[in-house]
Order: sequence, then C-alpha cells, then structure tokens
Amino acid sequence: MEGVQLNLISKDRLDKMATMEKLKMILDEVKDGKIVVLESGLTPEEEAKLIEMTMLEIDHENFVGIEVETYPKKVVKSFFKRFFGGKEAKLMLIGPANRLKTIEKHEDQIRALVQFG
Amino acid sequence: MGWMVRIKKRFGFLFKWIFKKDKMRIGIYGPPNAGKTTLANRILRDWTGDIMGSASDVPHETRRARLREGVKIEVDGKTLTIDIVDTPGLATKIDFQDFLRYGMDEEEAKRRAKEATEGVIEAIKWLDDLDGVLLVMDSAEDPFTQINVTIVGNIEARGLPLLIAANKIDLPNASPARIKSAFPQHPVVPISALKGLNVDNLYRMLAEKFG
Repeated sequence: MEGVQLNLISKDRLDKMATMEKLKMILDEVKDGKIVVLESGLTPEEEAKLIEMTMLEIDHENFVGIEVETYPKKVVKSFFKRFFGGKEAKLMLIGPANRLKTIEKHEDQIRALVQFG
Repeated sequence: MGWMVRIKKRFGFLFKWIFKKDKMRIGIYGPPNAGKTTLANRILRDWTGDIMGSASDVPHETRRARLREGVKIEVDGKTLTIDIVDTPGLATKIDFQDFLRYGMDEEEAKRRAKEATEGVIEAIKWLDDLDGVLLVMDSAEDPFTQINVTIVGNIEARGLPLLIAANKIDLPNASPARIKSAFPQHPVVPISALKGLNVDNLYRMLAEKFG
C-alpha cells in the first residue's frame, strides 16, 4: 500500500530521551520521508537546535529541510506558573518540507497537507 | 533542566537590569524578506548617515550576520547607545530551486542556498550574545509561522527584552493588528522601514524597551 508513514511519539517516550537523542531521531525519520507527531512537542531551545541540525543536513538534492506545525505558546500570566515553568504539552508535527505543507495556521487550529512521494 | 539553570534563565533579565551595560547589543531577527536589512539601513541612515548592507527582494540576501557598534539614538533628550546585529533570515527549509526563479543559474542558486543554511546557524548562535531583540515581521503575511513562534519562544526562554516591528505597513493588505493579536504579550510597533513610516515611534519604543 502506497502512503506516508506517520510516527506518533508519546510524551512518556519523549520525556525519557535526551535532547540530542530526540532531535536525531526526529531528523532521521523525517529524512526518511516520514511524518513525526510528538505528543508533547519540543522546548523553544530544542526547536532552535532542530533548525540548526536541519541546516547541516540539507544536501540541496534529496533533503531541503523540514516543515514544523505546532500551536503558539499560550501567555502564562501567573507568576508561580512562570517561575516553576513545567513543560506545556503541545502537539507538534514535523515532516520533510517537500511533503508537508501548511495550508492555514491559527492560534487554535492548523490545517496542513501531506503529499505522497 | 536543573533548578539553577531554570532560575538563571527566568531571572537573567534581573541580573542584566542590576548590572546594566553602557550599551545594549540588539539583534534584528525575522524570517527571510521581512525587511531586516532595510530596517537596519533605515536606523543607520537616520543616526549615522551610513548603511548596513544591500537589501533585495531575493530571499536570503543577507547570509552573514553584520555588526555595527556604538549607534547613538537620541529620543526626547535621552541617548541610547546600541550595537546592532543584522542577522540572516531564519528558516526551516532552504531549497535552491526557489532561487532559480530569480534568474540565477543552478550553480549560483546552490551556492546561495548553502550560504543561507550557514547564515541560519549563525543567526541562531548570535541569540546567546544579545541583550535584546528587535523582531521584524511582514505585516502583509500570516504571523503564525513556525519561525516566528520559534524565535519568540527562544527570546522568552532567554529572558531577553523583545520589541516586534510590524513592517511593510505601506502595503495595501498590511495588518499589524493580526501580529498584535498573535503575540499579545509583546509590544508591537507598526512601521514601514522602506518608506520611513512611524519610525520615530519605533525609536521611542527602542529607547523605552532597551534604554
């Protein structure tokens, strides 16, 4: 059956992984043409690191980068919540840029298109 | 993340405020074609009579970060001295085919794409050496892009002061209000760096935020 493979990674599994382990796993899967769905997303620092690593992997032939879909971070007004932080779970979808296209993105809804290879 | 690191990150702004520097190093960030270099040129032209570099409609025109030190901005009798870092546009993808549309041959397009990937890495690395960020967004474009979300998230995580310049308000479909509603937690100044619209207000906000 022809199609695009979706890999859904649970928050439990992500929490057990170190940052580099997580990012390498994501990039390897995406370079392989798969779409990765993270139940709890990445921190902003991890997102920036993922962009850096993606830039190093772009070969201008087979891999031109990634497309990332996630919701913007909610404004945290409570001082205690700001201080103690705690990772806010937000779904994140990452795929190869030549397969995953954003159609529309709002604060609370994202429409994306996954193309067959 | 360890508690010490978390405390340092969350209260870094307090240390910076207590041990205030004589001058602030401000990075101009944004996606490609948002008008970062045009804005850097506008600021330099207004306050030094010089420019930062060339700007064009071709994405990733700026592929190396440029630093201009000691720019003095005078607002309401107050002088703000800043170092300006004009950074390459941030992106999650760079396809050399996109440059072919601008009349480049394949070799040139590939070279530009490679330099652009290096520029993105350099821009991200600069985030660790800044005292504040001026984030430039195109008012005529959708602000809910992953790049905008990632930049804002990283600036917030580092505890850096942030000012958003809603650029290109001279375009007919510009909507700075859309940017304000997308990032309500940060001040947004509508401007046109190209036409010089509302830049006096931007300088006032710069002095307020980074002074």
